[in-house]
Amino acid sequence: MHSDKHNRAPFPLTLAATGGLLFLHLPLLLIFAYAFTTEDKSFQWPPPGFTTRWLAVTWARPDVWQALTLSLQVAAIATAFALILGTLCAAALSRARFFGQEAITLLVILPIALPGIVTGIALRSAFGMMNIPFSFWTIVLGHATFCIVVVYNNAVARFRRMSPSLVEASYDLGANGFQTFRHVILPNIGTALLAGGMLAFALSFDEVIVTTFTAGQQQTLPIWMLEELIRPHERPVTNVVAMAVVLVTLIPILGAYYLTRDGAETAGSGK
Amino acid sequence: MTAAVTFRSVSRHFGAVKAVDSVDLEIAEGEFFAMLGPSGSGKTTCLRLIAGFEQPDGGEISILGQSANGVPPWKRHVNTVFQDYALFPHMTILDNVAYGLMVRGVDKAARHRAAEEALELVKLGGYGARRTGQLSGGQRQRVALARALVNKPSVLLLDEPLGALDLKLREAMQEELKGLQKRLGITFVLVTHDQGEALSMADRVAVFNEGRIVQSGAPEDIYNRPKTRFVADFVGSSNILSPSLSESLSGDRRWTSLRPEAFTVDPGNGRLSLTGTIEASSFMGAVRRIALKVADTTIHANLPAGEPLPAEGTSLTLHFAPEALNPLEDAA
Repeated sequence: MHSDKHNRAPFPLTLAATGGLLFLHLPLLLIFAYAFTTEDKSFQWPPPGFTTRWLAVTWARPDVWQALTLSLQVAAIATAFALILGTLCAAALSRARFFGQEAITLLVILPIALPGIVTGIALRSAFGMMNIPFSFWTIVLGHATFCIVVVYNNAVARFRRMSPSLVEASYDLGANGFQTFRHVILPNIGTALLAGGMLAFALSFDEVIVTTFTAGQQQTLPIWMLEELIRPHERPVTNVVAMAVVLVTLIPILGAYYLTRDGAETAGSGK
Repeated sequence: MTAAVTFRSVSRHFGAVKAVDSVDLEIAEGEFFAMLGPSGSGKTTCLRLIAGFEQPDGGEISILGQSANGVPPWKRHVNTVFQDYALFPHMTILDNVAYGLMVRGVDKAARHRAAEEALELVKLGGYGARRTGQLSGGQRQRVALARALVNKPSVLLLDEPLGALDLKLREAMQEELKGLQKRLGITFVLVTHDQGEALSMADRVAVFNEGRIVQSGAPEDIYNRPKTRFVADFVGSSNILSPSLSESLSGDRRWTSLRPEAFTVDPGNGRLSLTGTIEASSFMGAVRRIALKVADTTIHANLPAGEPLPAEGTSLTLHFAPEALNPLEDAA
């Protein structure tokens, strides 16, 4: 019990941390609260009364379902693209040494550093120049640009920790490239890929800026919410959807955190 | 009999660095062959060329009489014990050992039985369920050995296998590896920078320097009859006598090597002698190591411990048989 006392943070620090957490998360709780208000024209505080009827209203709205389905499809396909391309990029850039490698590494991670508006405008003019009509696939491509980076970052860290002799040992024992990938590489980078994929999915799911530039008539869920805020009509429905989005994105992010938390004990540490 | 491994003027260059420079090599079947040399001498690259991790830039490699140029590592009947053991951290010990059989499609029961036998061979029976992290360095080394041997390779490559072990374990493993090789009759190719390791285990030793084999032969020949100053110095640290000093001893004006254990204090019959001042004298257990300053050269001599010797700084004459002088090929 002695150590408990020593590990306790000093009071001002506790206060500052609590303040920071409240500042970050109180607005979220407000959104939750408004999802159950009886007032549907303006955000009045305190809510005049509480009701669960908006859950049913939201459930019955086809436009919510359309937007949600589109968002899930875009996120799933963009993540799938990112998993394949990001892993290949990571494998190439963590192993081989070649001229211009640094520059290519920078180019790979650039999309996440660039402001979304730059990526958006660039993609929009590129699609325009090539006469590609805006569609589901242009949204997917836009999202894939930053999803790849997330997967790449996770995978490259794991590749670097993996001893290169593991792959050689597998070849040496008679496994070809595919068997080596399946039995040695994948088990060693699997959790990193899952984590990267989950983060990529969450990023794509709530993306607004790039989507605004690359979508045609389609509305992803975040775009739909933006429109709803401008046209007040059954306002609490937006809050119900927001609540759902928070819960849906929180799960993969928490999952990614738990998967990479103890990543220190991976391949190569046995040396 | 076909050779296990043959190199015909094999070269491997990395940019301007000639890691392996036109090497000819023949390793007989069932032989324990050691490639000895300092780091960067090309011995490890030669091993990787045999394993198939590197492809030659020139020359011809054959394994059991068949050309190995362009053959990927997984199609060679060769297995490697890696310096860092390279055990798969996500598998149990048994699955590690059974890996080679698994990728060849051997069914689970059969491959686990074979893996268990291989573990018993390296005295690790019953360790199969453990994880690599639960084993000591010496045990991991044995697992790596079992994992290679379970595939019944024609040639087993060992890359500095004892480097990471402590002295006592290293000595025990040396004897064990040698015994294992004799029992199984598999060709062993050992890469090491430790001359003691190479001399004690191998049937034949090739000494590497700067991408070339400078001398190869039985350990006794390499040790007693080094051909160059490099070999004389690297293997057993001989005294290297300058051409002028050799001339004053034997009348032959050329570089000469002389083993530290060739000296005695007893003059004997028909023996040559060197006289100098004792610079240092250290007790090494079985022998006493003397540094003797003769003109401008320091001569090292290993004398039996217990022999009475004059104090440091005084003069001493040491004697040796004329045959102990080993003329070298270096230009005088």
